[in-house]
Amino acid sequence: MFNETVLKTIFGRLSFESFPIHEPILLVTFAGVVVLGLAIVGAITKYKLWGYLWTEWFTSVDHKKIGIMYIILGIIMLLRGFADAVMMRTQQALSFGANEGYLNAHHYDQIFTAHGTIMIFFVAIPLVVGLINYVMPLQIGARDVAFPFLNNFSFWLTVAGALLVMVSLFVGEFSRAGWLNYVPVSNLQNSPDTGPDYYLWALQIAGIGTTLSGINMVVTIIKMRAPGMTMMKLPVFCWTALCSNVLVIAIFPILTAAFTMLMLDRYLGFNFFTNDLGGNPMMYWNLVWIWGHPEVYVLILPIFGVYSEITSTFTGKRLFGYSSMVYATVVITILSFLVWLHHFFTMGSGASVNSFFGIATMVISIPTGAKIFNWLFTMYRGQIRFELPMQWVVAFLLTFVVGGMTGVMLAIPPADFVLHNSLFLVAHFHNVIIGGVVFGLFAGIDYWFPKAFGFKLDPFWGRIHFWGWVIGYWVAWTPMYVAGLMGVTRRLRHLDDATLQPLFVIAAIGVAIIAVGIAAFIIQIVVSIINRDKLRVGDDPWNGRTLEWATSSPPPAYNFAFTPVVHDLDAWHDMKERGSKVPDSGFLPIHMPRNTGTGVILSGLAAVLGFAMVWYIWWLAGLSFVAMIGYGIFHTFNYNRDYHIPAEDVAETERKHALAGA
Amino acid sequence: MTTLSPTAEDGAPPVFYQTEADEHDHSAGGTTLGFWIYLMSDALIFATLFATYGVLSTSYAGGPAPSQIFDLKLVALNTAMLLISSITCGMAMIAMEQGQVRSTQLWLAITGLFGAAFIGIELYEFTELIHEGATPMRSGFLSGFFTLVGTHGLHVFSGLIWICVMLVQLGQRGLVMENRRRLMCLSMFWHLLDVVWIGVFTFVYLLGVLR
Repeated sequence: MFNETVLKTIFGRLSFESFPIHEPILLVTFAGVVVLGLAIVGAITKYKLWGYLWTEWFTSVDHKKIGIMYIILGIIMLLRGFADAVMMRTQQALSFGANEGYLNAHHYDQIFTAHGTIMIFFVAIPLVVGLINYVMPLQIGARDVAFPFLNNFSFWLTVAGALLVMVSLFVGEFSRAGWLNYVPVSNLQNSPDTGPDYYLWALQIAGIGTTLSGINMVVTIIKMRAPGMTMMKLPVFCWTALCSNVLVIAIFPILTAAFTMLMLDRYLGFNFFTNDLGGNPMMYWNLVWIWGHPEVYVLILPIFGVYSEITSTFTGKRLFGYSSMVYATVVITILSFLVWLHHFFTMGSGASVNSFFGIATMVISIPTGAKIFNWLFTMYRGQIRFELPMQWVVAFLLTFVVGGMTGVMLAIPPADFVLHNSLFLVAHFHNVIIGGVVFGLFAGIDYWFPKAFGFKLDPFWGRIHFWGWVIGYWVAWTPMYVAGLMGVTRRLRHLDDATLQPLFVIAAIGVAIIAVGIAAFIIQIVVSIINRDKLRVGDDPWNGRTLEWATSSPPPAYNFAFTPVVHDLDAWHDMKERGSKVPDSGFLPIHMPRNTGTGVILSGLAAVLGFAMVWYIWWLAGLSFVAMIGYGIFHTFNYNRDYHIPAEDVAETERKHALAGA
Repeated sequence: MTTLSPTAEDGAPPVFYQTEADEHDHSAGGTTLGFWIYLMSDALIFATLFATYGVLSTSYAGGPAPSQIFDLKLVALNTAMLLISSITCGMAMIAMEQGQVRSTQLWLAITGLFGAAFIGIELYEFTELIHEGATPMRSGFLSGFFTLVGTHGLHVFSGLIWICVMLVQLGQRGLVMENRRRLMCLSMFWHLLDVVWIGVFTFVYLLGVLR
């Protein structure tokens, strides 16, 4: 008895039972992860790279390195999220009639929850934030972001959140309550396990990181633009990044508050979202969707910016309707706040309320449609170069428009009563997220990769990657639209009606085609690194139009030896037209922020805090919390946070680069 | 200075690069704006808690109603503590503007004492409520009440820690640029908590007693 109490004090509710030793799928995955992890750790140790990684990357406050790390995180988590998708699709293709498939309900529910959570929070957000981090400061001609340390801290908080989600795979279990952790399923009485706690702590920690990053980016865009760059000379990508990050600041606090209330329900027995004692579960739905709907615009707006930059560059024309593009972006930003209720028309708020939200939703298609026409008119009579990024743009236009139209269908309340929670809805949002966000992320990666590394990505594997995703998307999701119209609801592990099976088999084939695309993406990166000397290009490989192409590829730590002065919307194009020359003498010392390990340490402590809270290990939670606060305060006693790169070093870097280019 | 005119009317070629020293990039202006935005995001957390409290404020679940448990006199005293602390915080900022380190520290310490008094009274109120059986677990209304008021209290408490750290840092380095910037942020933070409290006092306590 005494022993048990001691164990409980030390390990909370963590015990041998918490490890899924009876789940063969997880055991095999775990073995794989351990082997792969040990191989990576071994390789890093063997080649003595720990010091390099720590000083050059982990502690770096350089927005370019942080951007690259965000993108690496996003790609790794994409593989995890996609593995979940493959499992769901194969389960659904098999599980008809007498066949129960290979996943039990408990496991299946965790898989669809983890898939959605990971894909939005740990794939889409890191990839979008990564692109913004890398490109935006260069596009506005800045040396870094406004708060470089905060940027590093935000990144590591996101990693800490991702880590907690990954740990839940092997220690305990993940939530089974859907990607927004819906009550009442996630209430304590319905999910007494660790699942919702893992979810809540992972997203709280990552969410704080995203909020801080949002503040950082907004201040950067407002305060650090190059001289002459008025708001209406701001590149479209920066405008969309600005609006997206304004949204982040406006919505993430709501999510944080909502999750905190659910935590209070679960840990202390409060009655916010419970079914009895005056709790109101629908309040949770309202709050998470006031976050949730603008969130999709947080993701898609910067991607609209990516498409704009690429369309303009690869048609060799100024973007058609720049100001209408800006206004459309701002209007979408505002409208995105007025539509959340369309996610639950079936709540029963009455005809007037539903009509308002239905109409507001349809109105969003107007500025979005304006954007589509702007891209088409930019392409019209342009000299289109069908390089990889441009191919993604065309695929996006064709795919996204369909998703937009099914979205307008869902915005009609009477139609929504039929389609609510059906596979039609699931197909709709995959249509806009894959066809919009994911295609755009790949377009952006293909487009800016030579900026970041000085060589292009391999076009052959790039095309396989492209066709794998585009064909795979349509094969996987068209049957889901059909199934949804026939009334199949979402999150089903098993179906009785065998006549539906062909649809799910086709969808599974589609996922296999996407798998080819993902494999080709990884191969593309590896092959490009191996053949980097053959693929090496100049500073401005695409004949770009915005300032990021005005410096060397890859750019030096300080981005620009001389801050550019902007006279025109497409600043770099204007500079090329009028034959501007970078001065080759008169370099000045450059003021730079120092690297710091504080972000890694604080985030590591946050991850420990989250883990301890999930398992009720109170002493460890208290300890890590106090350590976190203490270390944070300790960090504020460091006043020595910046240094100057001497003018001679700048001159040397610039001279070397000029020689290499010659 | 560099000129920004796109077409040089006097015949000189346009300037495309800034060749003179420019130390604007990590200026305090960015911190002030950033901190303002942070405060707005914090205000949104309170807005969410207010909204939730609004929805749940009559969900008594057979438990106590506001008029039965709120002690307006105590809350008025509490409000006075916080309002006075805002005035003393303003005095600290004036002292900072005049470059008087000791006086800044003194006013800051007084602000902290009033803040501590506020926290003390609030904790007393909470303990009394819990003894009466009005625990946060009792009903949706009480969950909303304790969370909204408690979150504000936690903010004041973090403000107190910040004040202590600031006092030490002022002692170590005086009114250097970094410390002035931090004091500016601290004072904005402190005043925001005041504003939020006015909302709490009005919408939670006064309206609650009227119900």
